[in-house]
Amino acid sequence: MTTQTVEDIRSDQDKSERVASASAPNWPQQIFQKLREAEVRQVVYVPDAGHARLIQLCHAAPEMKATVLTTEEEGIGILAGAWLGGERGILLMQSSGVGNCINTLSLAKMCHFPLVMIVTMRGQWGEINPWQVPMGQITADNLRLAGAVVYEVTEPESAATAVEAAMRIAFNGGYTAAVLLSQRMLGTKLFKD
Amino acid sequence: MEQEDKLRRRHAVARILADRGDTLVVTGLGSPTYDCAAAGDNPLNFYLWGAMGSAVTVGLGLALAQPQRRVLVITGDGEMLMGLGALATTAAKKPENFAVAVIDNEHYAETGMQRTHTHDGIDLAGIARACGFREATTVRRADELNEVVAMLHKAKGPIFVDIKVSAARDPLVLPPWDGTFLKTRFRQALLGVRAAA
Repeated sequence: MTTQTVEDIRSDQDKSERVASASAPNWPQQIFQKLREAEVRQVVYVPDAGHARLIQLCHAAPEMKATVLTTEEEGIGILAGAWLGGERGILLMQSSGVGNCINTLSLAKMCHFPLVMIVTMRGQWGEINPWQVPMGQITADNLRLAGAVVYEVTEPESAATAVEAAMRIAFNGGYTAAVLLSQRMLGTKLFKD
Repeated sequence: MEQEDKLRRRHAVARILADRGDTLVVTGLGSPTYDCAAAGDNPLNFYLWGAMGSAVTVGLGLALAQPQRRVLVITGDGEMLMGLGALATTAAKKPENFAVAVIDNEHYAETGMQRTHTHDGIDLAGIARACGFREATTVRRADELNEVVAMLHKAKGPIFVDIKVSAARDPLVLPPWDGTFLKTRFRQALLGVRAAA
């Protein structure tokens, strides 16, 4: 077995980055760039396959603190605390997590805490698992009933601009804003190895 | 009478806050919010009046944003039980400037004094310890409380103290409940001119 130098490892990482970025859609990278430009410092999430690349990028960013949650509503509290302490944040989740958030959204609403959520959709376009459908079908309506400004994105090239718009309205005005990324752009989970 | 031997919640919270210095305080809804107001309103108190289960997470986000400042969450046993996962999330982040004090009367005082799980022996400090809090303990007497006050404000965190108190009710002392006011007042006190950004 040959010994790898730090340079070798870096070069391998660069190579795999290039391969990954050539085959993967680059909207996660574009959203990440917008988060950087907006000086987002805390990224809180319950993972979803659709968010995997963005989560990786945020963990790797030295200026960002990425925190995995046990349940999505924790993120609303953490981002409220972050704002009290002078930091901007963002909450990533799957649509099933929106239901977990409903009562806690009152914290953001009552205090006008800025709250930006990026929600990857399930139970919507070409869903195979029927258990995802009940929550997926009421995600957008639930968010609107709770007072959120909702941006529904179906094309990958619109994702980053929607996130930018959501951050602007939330950070400038203390609104709750949610960007819903459709299964049309994420693709369908097929349950095959 | 057993109740008379127990710590009184107002005394316990006043004792803790007497030594707060410039500690940032987040309170859980219900009696802990009133207890902290009764000890003296402070712009660096952020009172929760709702969003039950969120006290620890608000404190955690604040502690991560302000690593040079001490953050203390003062909440109740019912509120803590609704957000137990937050203890795992907190312990995973290991915030050294963070402490939680649970004022544990073993009842839901706001809704008619129904018993909480802590009445049936559920050990909140044990849960915090198992999650990985650096220190986690339960206190029942005034001398034990005196010993942990400095730990809550100074010791390397995360720290968790469950304070067993009497279930007796105290007179209501209500702090402001305009959330936007509380948020802006807190940010102004902490961030100064940066609060406007």
